[in-house]
Amino acid sequence: MSAVRERQFLEGASAIGSAMVAAGCRFFAGYPMTPFTEVLESMAKLLPAVGGTCINAESELEAIGMVWGAAATGTPAATGSTGQGLSLMQESLAEITYARLPLVVLNMARAQGDYFQATRGGGHGDYRHIVLAPCDVNEATVLVQEAFHLAATWRNPVLVMGDYYIAHTWQTVDVAPIDFGPTPPTDWAVDGSTGGSGRAKLISPLGDTKRTDDVGYDLAEFYHRRGRELDVMAATVPPRAEAVFVDDARLVAVAYGTVAKYVRQAVYDLRAQRLPVGFIRPITLFPFPTQIIRDAAAHADAFAVYENNRGQMVEDVQLAVLGRADVSSIGGLSMDSSGFGIAPDLDVATVRTRIRTALEALA
Amino acid sequence: MTERRLPILHTSGPPQRPAKLIDDFTPALINQGAHHLCPGCGEPVAMRLIMEAVEELKLAQRTVAVFGIGCYTAYSNNLDVEVVQALHGRSPSVATGVKRALPGSVVLTVQGDGDMVNEGLQEVLHTAARAEKVTCFLLNNGVFGETGGHMTAATVLGQRTKNTLDGRSAEQHGYPIVIGDLIAGLAGVAYAARGAVNTHTNVARTKRMVKDALQIQVKGLGFSFVEILTMCPTGWFIETGEAPEYLDEHIEPTHRFGVIKSPVAAVKRQH
Repeated sequence: MSAVRERQFLEGASAIGSAMVAAGCRFFAGYPMTPFTEVLESMAKLLPAVGGTCINAESELEAIGMVWGAAATGTPAATGSTGQGLSLMQESLAEITYARLPLVVLNMARAQGDYFQATRGGGHGDYRHIVLAPCDVNEATVLVQEAFHLAATWRNPVLVMGDYYIAHTWQTVDVAPIDFGPTPPTDWAVDGSTGGSGRAKLISPLGDTKRTDDVGYDLAEFYHRRGRELDVMAATVPPRAEAVFVDDARLVAVAYGTVAKYVRQAVYDLRAQRLPVGFIRPITLFPFPTQIIRDAAAHADAFAVYENNRGQMVEDVQLAVLGRADVSSIGGLSMDSSGFGIAPDLDVATVRTRIRTALEALA
Repeated sequence: MTERRLPILHTSGPPQRPAKLIDDFTPALINQGAHHLCPGCGEPVAMRLIMEAVEELKLAQRTVAVFGIGCYTAYSNNLDVEVVQALHGRSPSVATGVKRALPGSVVLTVQGDGDMVNEGLQEVLHTAARAEKVTCFLLNNGVFGETGGHMTAATVLGQRTKNTLDGRSAEQHGYPIVIGDLIAGLAGVAYAARGAVNTHTNVARTKRMVKDALQIQVKGLGFSFVEILTMCPTGWFIETGEAPEYLDEHIEPTHRFGVIKSPVAAVKRQH
């Protein structure tokens, strides 16, 4: 791989593909579904050239199974879909987390209806995924690379939330590898070589103890242990958010992803009119930037959450604020007939009006 | 041929001599010979065959076994080969990921008929059609043993299960899927065979099938598959001792023994 900085004019989906390859991804499997399709196309072009494998899986079920197997060999692996396709993968995503496997999952979402799926986990049991939410193609190329580092560090799936705009916007981006520091060794990975040694490796969502360890699988012990490990992950990965004009704001607008770009511009416009508004954009959706929002609630009177859904992240903002300030939802479903997430409401003037209305309601 | 019989031990009084292990028939690649499966279960015999074949072909240090979910999952943490435990039905895809990432490895799956023919039918068919160089082993007892004896897609007509109390009828429950033949019909399949573990002859024949299938993978000829019919007296609701004969009389007429497809057979047919 060339270490030269590579600035290229790319469509978002290709930029994400290039970033994954730069981060070391060598196995990708997916099932076409707009706007994830273009990422799959990009990986089908890029991976063979670096000795990797990209499989056009027969369904999302096969895709998630294939990356499960590749991840078990210690190969940096990724898959993805839209929220709909990820619904099919949830059973495996839960079990992959119990099996402690690093994996990067892209949700090239249609609108923002998948916030609960991403942050609560659409699958069964007490598991957590780190969730990163870029707001544009540039940030996506960085966070996608960081996702591989976090996945390897925590041996846990990391979800990156994209959308139709990020997939299809052309932007000049830097897709050179970013050094996030060392990751733990992959000495847990299978390659067949420990067979016959008396201590052959086992990768299982049911536990990692063998019959020779007296008890064999002990689900109670294992689930408690995995729970503690996930607690450590949740407490250690630093929550991240972009905060603007928060120190003296009466009303703080909160938004994530592409939508947040429009909200941020509306807040800048209102500040130019000397209105006391601020802006917080969670970059990590899990761990959620609870403390950053709670600190803002010490002096803000209200929070207005703008999402392109019927109100999901607003619940996390309410939990962060814990009654210290009013929390309202000023977004809502907005899409054209395709359902892909092209939102007529994503218009700075519209967003500005909603924030101003929320501010006026305070007085 | 002289018949060997174990001496009858009288239990009317204290033992006359201390107990001792005469021999341990546990294969080297199975950690503990004792199992928690039901008396008369055929799956431990099938697992023994697979592990003996891996050992005898000297593949232990390059094998990754991918397990589905069923009674046989009791072996996924009891083997001395590397294991990846997968979800119910999904092991052929997981095996695909392992094999593509490690082309030099020998990758096998262990699945039951509930796992492969019900939950994961598309997985095994797609993996076979893709000609993945993996070997799938199906332990077929025609019943969901782990849940206590329910109908699977491989349950033969007339078989009584907990949800076909009067026997499986074509009209009410449809026809069994004869999975080995279905798989053999796909172009990506190099080898498909069906054996059983109900008699010593069948055990010996089946072991040859298991070895052939693994060697076909090693040679990179394509997808290989062995279906092993196993006894499940608990799920068949019969006496343990009747199970081997029941398999011959009731299961085999639908799921016939024999090599269904092999590179050698293909060569023979041409002449």
